Amino acid sequence: MTGGSTRLQGRTRRLLGVMAVAVLSATAVGCGSNSGTSAGSSGSGPVTLEFAQWWAPELPAGSFDKLMSEFTAQNPNIKVKLLSGPYASTKQQLVSGAASRTLPDVVGLDGAWVSDFAKQGAIADLSELMTAAKYDSSQLASQIQVKGKTYMIPVVNFVYPLFVNNDLLSKAGVKKPPSTRTEFLDAAKKISALGGNVKGWALPLDTAVPNGIQNDVMSWLWASGGSMLTKDGKPDLTGQGVRSTVEYVKSLNDAGVVAPGSLTMKEQDKVEKFATGQVGMMIDSLAHITLIKKNNPKLDFSVVPIPAQDGYTGKRGIPYASWGIGVADSSEHKAEAFKLVQFLMNKQANAELSTLAKGFPGNKTAEPDFSTSDPLFKTAFDIYKEGYPANEFVGLPKAEDLMRSFDEQLQLLLTGKQSIDDTLNKAQQAWAPVL
Amino acid sequence: METAKLDPAASPGAPPPAAESAAGRRRSTRPFPVQRVVPFGYLSPTLILIFVLMIIPIAMVVSYSFKDNVIVEQNPVFAGLANYTTVLTDPNFLAALKNTFIFITLSTAAHLGLGLAFATMLNSPLLGGVTKAIFRIVYILPWLFTVAVIAVIWRLMLDPSGVVNYILTTIGVLRAEVSWLSDPNMALWALTFINIWAGFPFFMISILAGLQGISPVLYEAASVDGATAFRQFRNVTLPQLKPVLLSMAVLDLIWTSQQFALIWMTTGGGPLNVTEMLSTYTYKQAFSSYEFATASAAAVIVLLLTMILAVFYVRLQKER
Repeated sequence: MTGGSTRLQGRTRRLLGVMAVAVLSATAVGCGSNSGTSAGSSGSGPVTLEFAQWWAPELPAGSFDKLMSEFTAQNPNIKVKLLSGPYASTKQQLVSGAASRTLPDVVGLDGAWVSDFAKQGAIADLSELMTAAKYDSSQLASQIQVKGKTYMIPVVNFVYPLFVNNDLLSKAGVKKPPSTRTEFLDAAKKISALGGNVKGWALPLDTAVPNGIQNDVMSWLWASGGSMLTKDGKPDLTGQGVRSTVEYVKSLNDAGVVAPGSLTMKEQDKVEKFATGQVGMMIDSLAHITLIKKNNPKLDFSVVPIPAQDGYTGKRGIPYASWGIGVADSSEHKAEAFKLVQFLMNKQANAELSTLAKGFPGNKTAEPDFSTSDPLFKTAFDIYKEGYPANEFVGLPKAEDLMRSFDEQLQLLLTGKQSIDDTLNKAQQAWAPVL
Repeated sequence: METAKLDPAASPGAPPPAAESAAGRRRSTRPFPVQRVVPFGYLSPTLILIFVLMIIPIAMVVSYSFKDNVIVEQNPVFAGLANYTTVLTDPNFLAALKNTFIFITLSTAAHLGLGLAFATMLNSPLLGGVTKAIFRIVYILPWLFTVAVIAVIWRLMLDPSGVVNYILTTIGVLRAEVSWLSDPNMALWALTFINIWAGFPFFMISILAGLQGISPVLYEAASVDGATAFRQFRNVTLPQLKPVLLSMAVLDLIWTSQQFALIWMTTGGGPLNVTEMLSTYTYKQAFSSYEFATASAAAVIVLLLTMILAVFYVRLQKER
């Protein structure tokens, strides 16, 4: 009887132990998402801000941490916990966080996400925070607004000029980089005529990440001062500007100057083909200059403005992508979070970050130091200053979906399955309910 | 005999029988039946994790599928079966359903065929030990690569100016280069081929283990009866492997229907949606269109289809 009782007590203890572990595990799982975001207090005690972004992995190792240390030195009561990951996984993390209202306090944003997050109420109205902090927003190069309220501030901008392979151009007998659409078609034909897998231009139309529509198609429109939207923000895909652009892209495809495989080509494939000399010209981010030089140090290339319609003399729009910043609406430390935004947008830190990222500053007064950078960055900065940043997808709702629906219609056109009229009308129909 | 039939309750003064008295004492002093609860205690970590990580998310997705503008709107409204109607009448979903059926059927059939062929070869007494070891390593290699590596390798090899076109045009099989993953007529077959290449080693290993478990006595008996090698394969090997083959086939159908990463990293569902699968369709609905309600409805449909296969698998296991 005594032995049985002891065994029973032993079993009971084991049972309680197992259940305690189980409850703890469940508690840890259930509370995991909250423990991070509510760190610290908004009172006088120390506050830990979570900052989710994809920037740190794209910068020289440790450089972003160093910048955050500078912020912490200036604000001893605020610590920053970086949540860094690749662009795609950051996006997924933010979409999930927005759904469950567990977004990190400060978030890196792409302009294409802003409208949807703002509509969800996931990101805070920065206009209010700027007013509360008495922040002078006149120094900002741009602000991304939805219904008149600022939700994102571009911290660093990356422009997309035309990259040209000087060797191929010279071999093809083209004396200067093309400046008009006619010159570009002519140069692309001559480069393609060189033979041996070499083509004039690369057009990535992969639908998984359909930003080829923004960077490689609509860029032709913006370079000629055109717009894909009406003045009241409705789609204008059947208008003369987009029609002319689509007709031009089709003419390039019909002329056989586009690198094969474009229907599933990704941006990295385009860069790789340019770096290996399989493509003579491409529209691409300046951020890839270092990568191209690393992959092929002997490649002789330059950056020039994207060709405009023949006879166009106005300012040229140049596509850009931004590292934007926003604050989570669910953050308990919005004031402290905005201090971090202010820090990244101040003249000195913004110039430092832009220099590190090899991008252009979001603060108009910041001047990046290109003295140790490739001279191409200085050239691109001049192109940037001569034109104006243009990306009409920024701030649009379901921006990626809009690109994808346009992409699908363009693919049908380029494979000869429908006419230009059908392409534009169907794309217009797909966009109309969203905008 | 009469005494034995007497009811003790009829004579209140009589003491109760000894056995009943002991049972009564046990009832009155029996402690809480911990023994019965202990197994559940040991299971509780798993049960709680399953509940938190599986049951709750599934229940949430099912509930989302009956609401409108879920997640995006803070106060979604009940929408009944509207999301299911939207999904089931969407041509893209129907195309994805058809593509998924082709993709998983061909993949599973080829996995079985190739796995069986290579396992039979590796089990053959005609090959020496060293040769078998070399082939075993070569055949197992595709299984060792992660999906990302497989996608990158095949994207490079199947590029219009890649090594596959180079070899095929050099030896005269092709006259012109083919855009394997970009041509709407070729992309689904090329993608299925990549999936077959990536998945057959697991079948090969499993079937090889099954082959090595077949008693040699059966082959000796068949040989004595005059059975040819083909008849031995048909009447001994296949029946003996049947449980393994069926289980593997059902599992592969389930796994392949959930394939997402390979498709996303190679074709992204394109060109012209010819490689759009249920997984990529659902992902795009959620993370690109922000239509979480229709994405949930699509996910529930996929869950139901997968459950049919899962039920079939469980029945097979019970029969074994």
